[in-house]
Amino acid sequence: MGKTLFEKVWDKHVVSSIDDSTDILYIDKHFIHEVTSPQAFAGLEKRGIGVLRPEKTVATPDHNVPTINQHLPIGEALSAKQVAKLTENCQKHGINLYGLQHPFHGIVHIIGPELGITQPGMTIVCGDSHTSTHGAFGTIAFGIGTSEVEEVLATQCLLQSKPKTMKIQIDGELAKGVLSKDIILYIISQISSSGGTGYFVEYCGSAIRSLSMEARMTICNMSIEMGARGGMIAPDETTFEYVKGKEFAPKGESFDKAVAYWKTLYSDEDAVFDKELYFDAAEIEPMVTYGTNPGMGIKITGKIPELETIVANNQKSFLKSLDYMGFKPGEALKGKPINWVFIGSCTNARIEDLRMVADFIKGKKKADSINALVIPGSKQVEKQAKEEGLDKILEEAGFKLREPGCSACLGMNEDKVPRGEYCISTSNRNFEGRQGPGARTILASPLMAAAAAIEGKITDIRELV
Amino acid sequence: MEKFKTVISTVVPLPISDVDTDQIIPARFLKATTRDGFGDNLFRDWRYNVDGTPKSDFVLNQDTYSGEILVAGKNFGSGSSREHAAWAIYDYGFKVVVSSFFADIFKNNSLNNGLLPVQVSEEFLQSIFDKVETDPSVKLKVELEPQTISIEGTGESEHFEIGEYKKTCLLNGYDDIDYILNNKDKILEYEKNSIQF
Repeated sequence: MGKTLFEKVWDKHVVSSIDDSTDILYIDKHFIHEVTSPQAFAGLEKRGIGVLRPEKTVATPDHNVPTINQHLPIGEALSAKQVAKLTENCQKHGINLYGLQHPFHGIVHIIGPELGITQPGMTIVCGDSHTSTHGAFGTIAFGIGTSEVEEVLATQCLLQSKPKTMKIQIDGELAKGVLSKDIILYIISQISSSGGTGYFVEYCGSAIRSLSMEARMTICNMSIEMGARGGMIAPDETTFEYVKGKEFAPKGESFDKAVAYWKTLYSDEDAVFDKELYFDAAEIEPMVTYGTNPGMGIKITGKIPELETIVANNQKSFLKSLDYMGFKPGEALKGKPINWVFIGSCTNARIEDLRMVADFIKGKKKADSINALVIPGSKQVEKQAKEEGLDKILEEAGFKLREPGCSACLGMNEDKVPRGEYCISTSNRNFEGRQGPGARTILASPLMAAAAAIEGKITDIRELV
Repeated sequence: MEKFKTVISTVVPLPISDVDTDQIIPARFLKATTRDGFGDNLFRDWRYNVDGTPKSDFVLNQDTYSGEILVAGKNFGSGSSREHAAWAIYDYGFKVVVSSFFADIFKNNSLNNGLLPVQVSEEFLQSIFDKVETDPSVKLKVELEPQTISIEGTGESEHFEIGEYKKTCLLNGYDDIDYILNNKDKILEYEKNSIQF
């Protein structure tokens, strides 16, 4: 019997098996940031041990950093302390750190791929659930807790039970104005925010093949939002072309050798998945969420479900969610006024996202009622955006390009949406209070966010392109 | 990690599904660099008003309910990988969380901190909610060795799943790092024989 892509990569990394379902898995790359690592280093200290393979860990502060004036000392005391602690821990243990102002600084899941640290066939972990992003390269990449961060620092391994496998195939062509963000929001709306729990997903099909690497990353990034531990896409020419020439990618002969290996990373014809799902790309429209988990999404032309259509023991949670959002069952979202737009996060803050937004808003002006935050995913994205003049286009339209970080995706720093206000956001979570206490988040693609910024209300992008 | 011992306790019911880790502990409380004190902000925005006064309709603020067992709706702990969620629940005083479905990372984080996630059937979960609503003094008994959870005085009981390895860890207070470090020769052996990225 053949193997799935997941099984090929997993099996290559098994150091030892403990029982039928649990293995000691070797980790090729480990990313750390300032929020989920300090307690892990403290744990090592308590045990009196060091970092086994410091060269395999890469650090950057992203969750809790300001997105303006990064050249100045951090004003917020606790944030400054966390970032200082990360610096101290990295120096002490010989870990490579891309701190604020470093040309490679940025959101971990943006810098890994753009620096060529992320490569096909690897195992990659980070104390952040959106580590699934790196799966776009055919890696096994997933989020871990702080005890596991300590485990990887101490042993370069993780004890893991092997998840089940799921194939999600999307065939066909996407309509104009429909982006990869809409694909993943659509899938999650169909299978719910827990539909993937216990599984590792492989995305395939002609609609996936036709996507750029950055668009593929958006899809894998949100695998966790359906509960899946991770999601991966078999590497192909698009992948090799993307990795080629990147800072830490193999060069010359080593690259050719690597590609020869990467070409073996696909699911065999006769491989068996525990579950298979099929979707038609032509069915997918621009998506928006109406509730407080990413599974609560609808097509822009759709309506919020009626209460009777919700299973009995979920009705209470459904109503609680709508109450928080200030929406009613059966309502449409199109035309609803909003006043915040957030374009950023590890889901949609790459150069292609910014280009798409800039291309659409060029020559237009944001509505007066709108506050628009544009947060590049990394220093490199910021630099490139400036080189291409995207910052000017954004500024002329009333947007401001700031400095990189996680920002209002999780509202840890000063970038927050005020209580009760609506934000159309390119991020990944619409949980209660996610973008600030009382903030109401509507998840959508960068184009849908840009359209809402211009119109001042939730708009069907297809009517404007 | 502390050894897990049998828990017999009244419960705190939270009959809401899809409770995500941002509700368990909001991101703005993740700025600490130690593991202590997260229980104070457990369910912060459901528990307190904007002015810091307790919300009387939230279960943690009601004298009627207390105990070492939190019972929550389906898909508990979804979202972020923050282990702070497990720390907050444990720090508050819970030893067990019962639900009909847990998010993967939360489950791992709990097991790594001696907090036992017990997955029961939808029916059993509903039965707990019903019984506790009628009589808040109803107790649950959670035994790890035989993997059983029972509602005291009713005869209702269910078996729950847990991997053998994790069970041994919890019963003895071991953690993964101890285990892997005892296998260090295998790691070195692996590194010698595999592609090194």
